[in-house]
Amino acid sequence: MIDLMRLTAHELKEGIVRGETSSYEVVNSLFDRIEKIDRDINAYISLLKEEALRKAEEVDRRIDRGEKVGKLAGIPLAVKDNICVRGTKTTCGSKILENFVSPYDATVIERLKSADAVIIGKTNMDEFAMGSSTETSYFGVTRNPYDLSRVPGGSSGGSAAAVASGETVLALGSDTGGSIRQPASFCGVVGLKPTYGRVSRFGLVAYASSLDQIGPLTKDVTDCALLLGVLAGHDLRDSTSGDLEVPDYLALLQEGVKGIRLGIPEEYFAEGLDPEVNSSVMHLVQQLADLGAEVENASLPHTGYAIASYYLLATAEASANLARYDGVKYGFRAEEAADLDDMYCYTRSIGFGDEVKRRIMLGTYALSAGYYEAYYRKAQKVRTLIKQDFQKAFERFDVLITPTSPTVAFKIGEKLDDPLKMYLSDVYTISVNLAGIPAVSVPCGISAEGLPIGLQILGRHFDEATVLRVAYAVEQVVGGAIDGL
Amino acid sequence: MPVTLKDVENIAMLAKLRFTQEEKERLISQLSRILSYFEKLNELDTTDVEPTSHVLPIKNVFRDDVVTGSLPRDQILANAPDQWMGYFKVPKVIE
Repeated sequence: MIDLMRLTAHELKEGIVRGETSSYEVVNSLFDRIEKIDRDINAYISLLKEEALRKAEEVDRRIDRGEKVGKLAGIPLAVKDNICVRGTKTTCGSKILENFVSPYDATVIERLKSADAVIIGKTNMDEFAMGSSTETSYFGVTRNPYDLSRVPGGSSGGSAAAVASGETVLALGSDTGGSIRQPASFCGVVGLKPTYGRVSRFGLVAYASSLDQIGPLTKDVTDCALLLGVLAGHDLRDSTSGDLEVPDYLALLQEGVKGIRLGIPEEYFAEGLDPEVNSSVMHLVQQLADLGAEVENASLPHTGYAIASYYLLATAEASANLARYDGVKYGFRAEEAADLDDMYCYTRSIGFGDEVKRRIMLGTYALSAGYYEAYYRKAQKVRTLIKQDFQKAFERFDVLITPTSPTVAFKIGEKLDDPLKMYLSDVYTISVNLAGIPAVSVPCGISAEGLPIGLQILGRHFDEATVLRVAYAVEQVVGGAIDGL
Repeated sequence: MPVTLKDVENIAMLAKLRFTQEEKERLISQLSRILSYFEKLNELDTTDVEPTSHVLPIKNVFRDDVVTGSLPRDQILANAPDQWMGYFKVPKVIE
């Protein structure tokens, strides 16, 4: 009997290659589990059972014949539903794309397919990745596997919940302001936002193009390094992708933290931080110091301006990116329109949900005549100050450590009616996207109520290797995956 | 700065969105609250700060000028809500 809850990709890979288990067997039992528990969790929007079983069989056959197979041979993987997989629906959690079938593969999907991964389904998300709770999806809310009355975080809540509940082994998410890291923290899994430009965005449905990045959600840090190694690399089809060597992340994991200079930004341990989260993170930092890390206080003085800067820039970019949903080329079209303009307006008003419309309104306002300088330009200038804060900090430190979120998972419905309150919950994850640096959330403890607490490690541009190395050390101290389920 | 009904209607027109009276009222209060939070940025003097539109020092990315494949037309049209003779079909534009 395979323990799907704990099954990691690196263990499964060994098992498959040694012939102790087959990809088919694992994929099949995953679908059994999904059928049993996904009614409660709602992690998936669509399942690709037939294709997945066929692929698993093919990989098994090739292994039997002794043929060469890819780095993720036979490993099941779930994909956030804003990443295009050819011939399958990509809905972005929206009515407007309810029936959109992608005619091509995203670059990350091409890479996963050539690594022989088995794509098992598309996961639920906040509509167009706009949200921090996976409550704004047209396809219903995803529930936190640790407590079904709570949110899994967002916007990659489906991917995080699927990994945490043993409904997949690996998952992809996207992160514009914390959408991989915050759900990873709420669901007790590992989630990495790579450096802007480390992973191609080709085939990721755009929300805020200067901030979006695809990344892994996994059960442990080793899987995170394994998956990042497959996703990362230059892509001609994404002009913002960095043309740099991709290091062997797995080989560098176990270097330890001795001599690593670790900064603790004081602005991240201020008012609003749950005392339990604070003590859990600080306890871990002390343990890293005991292992030889050099710990000192750091300062990122413009942290308090990050949310305002982010929500101006992200909504402005979103208002432009989402102009393409007009009922002409793809997606939903409202039928009752008398003329073209009516058709655009009805299609968008019926096709988009409340939060998406609110953000389009905010972004259009920030870009409109008379407000551009006061809002959009100002936010871009503050972005420079935030970026410079990090540049200065990384002159002294190799990594920075913070909580991922000020609280553990909150209750479903708790913040949905108060958009500003929801925006403020992203306080610790947003600056990372503004600066374009990499950051990972790794489980560091369990609250008294039995909910996971996440610790965030931030690094220099393109230095995912050091970030993962520290994350690995945290995981060793904590003792493997957090086991509260 | 409080958002007015006129602002909401003007922005909705630019964004090709329509709202009911009730939705407009709610947007006035929500947007006012969010925008007044954004005013926080004015605490900072940014006179001599360059704006950031992109975080990496990547400029003018070109590829070789060679013809590559494109997506097949029938596959693209398959997603269209309405089509006719290989074209996207829309409601009548010219009277």
